[in-house]
Amino acid sequence: MRNTRHWGLTMSDSHDELNFWRKYVFSTDHKTIGIQYGITALVFLFFGFSLMMMMRWQLAYPGQAIPIIGALLGDTFVNRGAMLPEFYNQLGAMHGTIMVFMGIVPLAVGAFGNFVVPLQIGAADMAFPRLNMMSYQAFVIGGVIMLLSFLAPGGAASSGWTSYAPLSDIATSGQTWWLIGMIFLIFSSLLGAINFIVTIIHLRAEGMTFFRLPFFVWSQLVTAFLLLLAFPALQAAAVFQLMDRLAGTSFFLPSGLVVGGEASAAVGGGSPLLWQHLFWFLAHPEVYVLILPGMGIVAEVIAINTRKPLWGYRSMVYSLVFLGFMSFCVWAHHMFLTGMGTTMSTFFQITTMIISIPSVIILSCLVISLWGGSIRFPVPMLFALAFLPMFGIGGLTGLPLGLAVPDVYLHDSYYVIGHFHYVVAPGTIFAMFAGIYHWYPKATGRAMNESLGKLHFWLSFIFMNGIFMPMMFEGMAGVSRRLFNPEVYNTGLGAHGLTVISSWSAWCLALSQLPFIYNFFASMRKKERAEENPWQATTLEWATPTPPPHGNFPSPPVVERGPYEYSVPGAASDFSPQAVKQGV
Amino acid sequence: MSAIDLPYQIEPHPVTGVTSGKLGIWLFLASEVMLFGSLFSSYVLLRVGSGMEFWPSGVEAGLNVPIGTFNTMVLIGSSVTMVMSWASLKMNKLGAFKGYFATTIFLGALFLVVKAFEYSDKFSHGVFPWVGWPEAGDPSTFYALYFTLTGLHALHVLLGILPNLWLLVFGVAMWETDRERFTGRIEIAGLYWHFVDLVWIFLFPVLYLL
Amino acid sequence: MDAAEVKAHVRVYVLVFSALAVLTIVTVAISYIHLPTPSAIAVAMAVALVKAGLVAAFFMHLASERHIIHWVLILCLAFFAFVMFLPLGTNLGIEPLWPLSR
Repeated sequence: MRNTRHWGLTMSDSHDELNFWRKYVFSTDHKTIGIQYGITALVFLFFGFSLMMMMRWQLAYPGQAIPIIGALLGDTFVNRGAMLPEFYNQLGAMHGTIMVFMGIVPLAVGAFGNFVVPLQIGAADMAFPRLNMMSYQAFVIGGVIMLLSFLAPGGAASSGWTSYAPLSDIATSGQTWWLIGMIFLIFSSLLGAINFIVTIIHLRAEGMTFFRLPFFVWSQLVTAFLLLLAFPALQAAAVFQLMDRLAGTSFFLPSGLVVGGEASAAVGGGSPLLWQHLFWFLAHPEVYVLILPGMGIVAEVIAINTRKPLWGYRSMVYSLVFLGFMSFCVWAHHMFLTGMGTTMSTFFQITTMIISIPSVIILSCLVISLWGGSIRFPVPMLFALAFLPMFGIGGLTGLPLGLAVPDVYLHDSYYVIGHFHYVVAPGTIFAMFAGIYHWYPKATGRAMNESLGKLHFWLSFIFMNGIFMPMMFEGMAGVSRRLFNPEVYNTGLGAHGLTVISSWSAWCLALSQLPFIYNFFASMRKKERAEENPWQATTLEWATPTPPPHGNFPSPPVVERGPYEYSVPGAASDFSPQAVKQGV
Repeated sequence: MSAIDLPYQIEPHPVTGVTSGKLGIWLFLASEVMLFGSLFSSYVLLRVGSGMEFWPSGVEAGLNVPIGTFNTMVLIGSSVTMVMSWASLKMNKLGAFKGYFATTIFLGALFLVVKAFEYSDKFSHGVFPWVGWPEAGDPSTFYALYFTLTGLHALHVLLGILPNLWLLVFGVAMWETDRERFTGRIEIAGLYWHFVDLVWIFLFPVLYLL
Repeated sequence: MDAAEVKAHVRVYVLVFSALAVLTIVTVAISYIHLPTPSAIAVAMAVALVKAGLVAAFFMHLASERHIIHWVLILCLAFFAFVMFLPLGTNLGIEPLWPLSR
C-alpha cells in the first residue's frame, strides 16, 4: 500500500467487506457522508418548514384552534388547540435556526460540497476522511440537541434565531440547549471548512489549475473560508452567553436592567450590543454561506444546459472572492436601529453598497450566459433559471435595507422577511433543488422522473412567490414582523388579506413537495439505469463510473482544459470533457 | 482507517510545500485566532463601555501577579520543551524526545494545577464570575472576563495535554513503523501547543497587569 | 530539514526561551511603575507582540515556513483586524467625527 499513496486510488482489499455500520453510518467516504448530510438536512428543512406552517395559521387566523395538529400538542404549547404566544416565539426562533444552521448550510456545504467537490477536482476523497465523518456526527448531535430543546421546561429557545440579548439571557432553559447545540454545529462547520480548503488546495488532479476549477468548487472554497473565519465570533458569543446563563455573569446585561417591572438582580455592566456585533459578525458572512454554493450550482447547471461556456468565468471568480472578503465588513447594516453613530452607519452603508456590486456581476454573467445558447429545459435548468429572477428580487429589495433611512421604516416589518426569504427560499432552495435533480443520476445511477419534476417546479415556483411577494406589500403597509397577534394594533390591518394569501401559499407549497418526495424515493428503485453522463457535461464528476466507486476514479484523471468547453468550434461533439479519456 | 491512502499526508505537496495536516492545523489556528480575537475585542468593548474608572487593574482586583508570572514561565518553558521534543525526533533521538515531551505534558499540567489554586483562592475570598469587582461599588465585568477567558484558555491547555498524553503513551508506537508521519504529528501537536502559549502571552498582561 | 540544521535550531530555541523569560520579567517590572493607563497598555501590548512574534517565528517555524501558510495567516489577520474594529461600532461617532454645517 505504501508505494501507492501518491495516487490514492488503490483501495485496500477490505473495502468491499465493510459491514453495514461502517458503510452507511460511520462511513468516511465523502460520497456517503454527502448523502448522509443531504438526507439529514432535507429532513431538518421539512421540519423547520412545518414549524413555520403552524405560525402561518396563527398569523392568518389568530386565536383560532389549529386544525388537527392543535389537538395533538400539549398544554405547554397550545390552549384548547389555539397557539400560545410562548409557543409562537419558540416556533419563530427554531424555524430560523433550523432552516439556516441545520437545513441549508448542511445541504449546500455538507451535502453538495462533500459529494461534488472531490469528484469535480478529480480527488479520491476529502483530505481528512475521518474529520469529515466527525463533522457529520457533530452536526447530528447539534441537531438532536436543538430538537430535544422543545422538551425542555419552558420549551425551546424563543428569542429569535438571532438570540438577541438581554432577552435571550433571561429566557427559559431552552436557550441553553440552543447555545450548546450551536457550539456543536459550529464545531461541525469548522471541521468541514478545514477539510474543504485543504482538499481544494492539495488534492486537485493533475492539470486542474485554479482557473480550470468549476465555478461550484470556487464557491465552496470561498464559503469554506467564510465558515472558518466568521463562525468563531458566534462561538465566542455563545460562550459569553452560556456564562451569563449558567455562571451568572452579565456580559450582555446592562446596569439597571428592568425585567417585568422589577429591577434585575444581575450585576450589570455588560453590553447587549456586544451580542449583536458578535452575532452579525458571523451572520452576515453566513448569508453568503447560504447563497454562494447556490450560485455555484446554478452556474454549473446553466453552463451545461445552454451548451456554451459561462460568460465571464474569471470575473465571476474574482467577484466571488471579493464578495467573500467584503462580507466581513458589512455586518452592522443589520443594526442601524440600535442607535449607532452616523459615522459608523455611513461606513456600513458604503460597504453595503459596494458589496452589491460583485453580486450583480455574478448574476449578470449568469444571465448573459443564456444569450445565444441552445437552451435545454430539463428540471434542474428550470430551477436554475428560476433562481435568477428570484435571487434578483431578493437582492434588489435588499438595497433599501442597506440604507439607514429607509431601513428605519422597513426594518421591523414583513418587508425584511420577504427580502431575505426571496434570497434564501426561492433563491438558495431552488438552487438546491436544481442540484438534487442535476446530480441525482450520478449519486444513485437512476434519473429522476421529469414530469413529476416539472410538476414540482411549477407548483413550487407559484407558491414560493405566493408566500413572499405579499410580505413585501404587508411590510410597506406597516405590518410588524414581531407580532404574535397581527390584529393587536390597527396598523396594517387592511393588509390582512395578504397574510391569508401568504399562509395558504405556504400550506400549498408543502403539498407541492409531495411529488418531489415521491420522485426522490421512487426513482431510486427504477430498473433502468441512468447513463454515466446524462447531461453531456464536461466536468470531472461525470467522467467517473456511476455511481462512483470508493476512490472515485479508476485511474487518475489528467485535466486538459477549462470546465466549460461547450460547442467548441471544430470539436467532435458539443462538449469537450475536462479530462482525457484514459481507458475509462 | 480510511480504505484510501490519500496523497500528501506525509510527503509535502509539490506546490504548497507542506503536508495536508500542516495546512489543516494552520487553518484551524486561523479559526482560533478569530475566536480569541473576538474575545479580546469583546474585552475592549466591555472595558471601554464600562468607563475606565470602574475597571480595576489585575493587581487592584486582587490577582496575584507573582503567581501569574510563574505560570507564564511554566507555559513558555513547556513551549520550548515541546519544540525540543520535535527537534529530538528530527535528530532521531527517541529517548530525548520522550523526556522533553513528557516534560511538556508535566508543565502543562502544572500550569493547570497552579490555575486551579488561583481559582480556589478567589472562590475562598468570595470572588466568583458573577461578582464583578466588589470594591468598585459599580458593576464591572472584570471577574466575569477573567474567569471566562482564563477558563477557555485552560480548556485549550487541557485539550492539548490529552492528545499529547495519547501520543506519548500509544501514538509513539508509530515511530517504529512510520517515522516521518510520527514526526509530522508531533509538529502539528506542537503548533497547537505553541498557539496556546501565544494566547497566554496576551492574556497575562491584559488580565493581570493592565 | 536535516539533523545538522536542527542542531543549529536548538541553539536558537534556547535563545528565544531566554528572550521570552526576560521579556516576561520586563513587562511585569514595568507594570510596577504604574504608568498612566494608555501608555501602560501600549507598552504591555508592544512587549506581548514581540513575545508572540518570537514564538510564532521560531517555535512555530513561521520564519522559515512556506508561503501558503503565510497567506492563510495574512488573510486571517485581515479579518482579525475587522473583528478588532467591532468595539468602535458601539462607541464611535455617536457625535459626527467632523461637524457638518449646522
